[in-house]
Amino acid sequence: MASEEELLEEITSSEYKYGFVTDIESDKAPKGLNEDIIRFISAKKNEPEWMLDYRLKAYRIWKKMIEPEWAHLKYPKPDFQDIHYYSAPKPKKQLDSLDEVDPEMLATFEKLGISLDEQKRLTGVAVDFVMDSVSVATSFKEKLGELGIIFCSFSEAVQEHPELVKQYLGTVVPTSDNFYAALNSAVFTDGSFCYIPKGVRCPMELSTYFRINEANTGQFERTLVIADEGSYVSYLEGCTAPMRDENQLHAAVVELVALNNAEIKYSTIQNWYPGSKEGKGGIYNFVTKRGLCLENSKISWTQVETGSAVTWKYPGCVLKGDNSVGEFYSVAVTANHQQADTGSKMLHIGKNTKSTIISKGISAGQSNNSYRGLVKINKNATNSRNFTQCDSLLMGNNCGAHTFPYIEISNKSSKVEHEATTSKIGEDQIFYCKQRGMDEETAINLIVNGYCKEVLNQLPMEFAVEAQKLLEISLEGSVG
Amino acid sequence: MIEIKNLHASIDGTPILNGINLKVNAGEVHAIMGPNGSGKSTLSSVLAGRDEYEVTAGEVSFFGEDLLDMEPEDRAAAGLFLAFQYPVEIPGVSNVNFLKSAINEIRKKKGLDAISAKEFLQMVKEKSKLVELDGKLANRSVNEGFSGGEKKRNEIFQMAMLEPKLSILDETDSGLDIDALRIVANGVNELKTEENASIVITHYQRLLDYIVPDFVHVLYKGKIVKTGGKELALELEEKGYDWIKEETGVSA
Repeated sequence: MASEEELLEEITSSEYKYGFVTDIESDKAPKGLNEDIIRFISAKKNEPEWMLDYRLKAYRIWKKMIEPEWAHLKYPKPDFQDIHYYSAPKPKKQLDSLDEVDPEMLATFEKLGISLDEQKRLTGVAVDFVMDSVSVATSFKEKLGELGIIFCSFSEAVQEHPELVKQYLGTVVPTSDNFYAALNSAVFTDGSFCYIPKGVRCPMELSTYFRINEANTGQFERTLVIADEGSYVSYLEGCTAPMRDENQLHAAVVELVALNNAEIKYSTIQNWYPGSKEGKGGIYNFVTKRGLCLENSKISWTQVETGSAVTWKYPGCVLKGDNSVGEFYSVAVTANHQQADTGSKMLHIGKNTKSTIISKGISAGQSNNSYRGLVKINKNATNSRNFTQCDSLLMGNNCGAHTFPYIEISNKSSKVEHEATTSKIGEDQIFYCKQRGMDEETAINLIVNGYCKEVLNQLPMEFAVEAQKLLEISLEGSVG
Repeated sequence: MIEIKNLHASIDGTPILNGINLKVNAGEVHAIMGPNGSGKSTLSSVLAGRDEYEVTAGEVSFFGEDLLDMEPEDRAAAGLFLAFQYPVEIPGVSNVNFLKSAINEIRKKKGLDAISAKEFLQMVKEKSKLVELDGKLANRSVNEGFSGGEKKRNEIFQMAMLEPKLSILDETDSGLDIDALRIVANGVNELKTEENASIVITHYQRLLDYIVPDFVHVLYKGKIVKTGGKELALELEEKGYDWIKEETGVSA
């Protein structure tokens, strides 16, 4: 009989299932970063002067900044001069239908299980697929257009809707916010843009799949979602990346703006290449995600994170308007040698603001999983409330779980609650399941799914199914 | 059905079972009684395949197969069920989802298709009545926030759903008030057929007022020291365990 430890080892050290590389000729910038490269990117993208100025200003700020060291992460620092900052599949003529899409790319969709035509037919999800840095396929655009909803690549937004981009870009995550945000502001190549007009309820889940495709290409996504007064949108972001040996840097910035009475639900499945079992390679994921809530608005972040070698990510909300609500639901899985330092930031500024943080960490193998969260209640945020629950589940004896909560309260009428638990996956629970006929793998999947339920329940239906599949794959082994 | 021969087992090097012999046939109910620390729960754990226990000697055959060589889940699939003395909580996993996984895993092992949703729900409805289990409990997380009585009733509910050949009830009566005891016992009696059998492990005689055993065995110091009919249980209730210790000459 294999011991529980051996089985856990097997289960938690399974190979990455989505490792494959699509071969599309790319058009890339020389390695390295300087003002000329930034001018190259901007020119390549036909950007207006103000956009180039924004980038150059960000670059000058970034040059003076130092890469942060405070996270509970150990990794060789990326060499920022050894990265290609621009790479794009060769532009082809505008496509009218899927038939015109590169068959190889369609095959990639198939492998990911998210073929566009299937999506179109079955789910009614409009997909803006980002292959490396240039958006390739956009669907359902007309339907959204009728409602005045703008959903397009970031580059297109710069061209077509410069007034909106200019008005909101950098208002939630300022260029100087942090090292990676500054870098992103200087060199971002593309991303997604979404605007929901006043009073409109977006009738479908807006969905973007990211994929890093070129070796040695840092990917710098920029996403901006604006929900105008009284509108609602649910936005899905999911990603997988091909297997690679070299580390790939990813530093995205996502900004959400919820104007008065608006609501944004932003869900992420992150499944980038986590590195080999021995801890070689894998994505470095340094992401800045933040939402700004005005009066009576609500922003809800839900994330299921199973990928990346190193994750540094704290989606948060600035609750500026009175009665605004911020939520953060997260499952973060680390296995093998993965490291994650992730959590949320909730900044209460307005009165009667409310925030909820539910964080579920799962560590296996030799991985390290840290929760880091900040709840800050400003002086004028009367009657504000926060509830934080932060649970860690350990699988095996060689992994680590850490919690770093920061709580700053400057208002006496406010209330902050923090609950935290750490537990080992119970041998008693596993045995109980086995006695009822389940094998060890099924038992662990069941227990882990149960543990994550509060978070998985927040995901839209089709995404929840995918997330469950992903959790299974992440923790699956060759038990049999 | 099951035949235990000269079973010895220890935990962390300390011997607990010192040569158990027991044969159970289809249609029979066997009660195993004994003072605390006599090895009752160890016996059930060893039969279910809990791996903290080391079997040092002896053999157990279950429908002709070597039970001790089987994984716990294969023992379950072969029809062995243990009603736990301390049922385990699994937060976030609903009772029905748990049972559906269990049933389908067992069916898979037998080469059968997964149970249909309709058939499954019908079964849940029917079987939950048996132990007077509130429909709401079926949808709550496995044993989480259940009272002691609800947990034990849930064990019997699971037993009803899984339809085992051999059920081992490990101190199912402990911590039950008289009403819960009656409900649990009724459930067990309803499930009794000519094809299945049960081993009822208990410290007290009172459960045996409801579940009438064909045989009563007294376990003491890891051995069955006396076997009799149901009247033996009454005798034990009246005289306590001391007379057994004296009569059997096993030094205390």
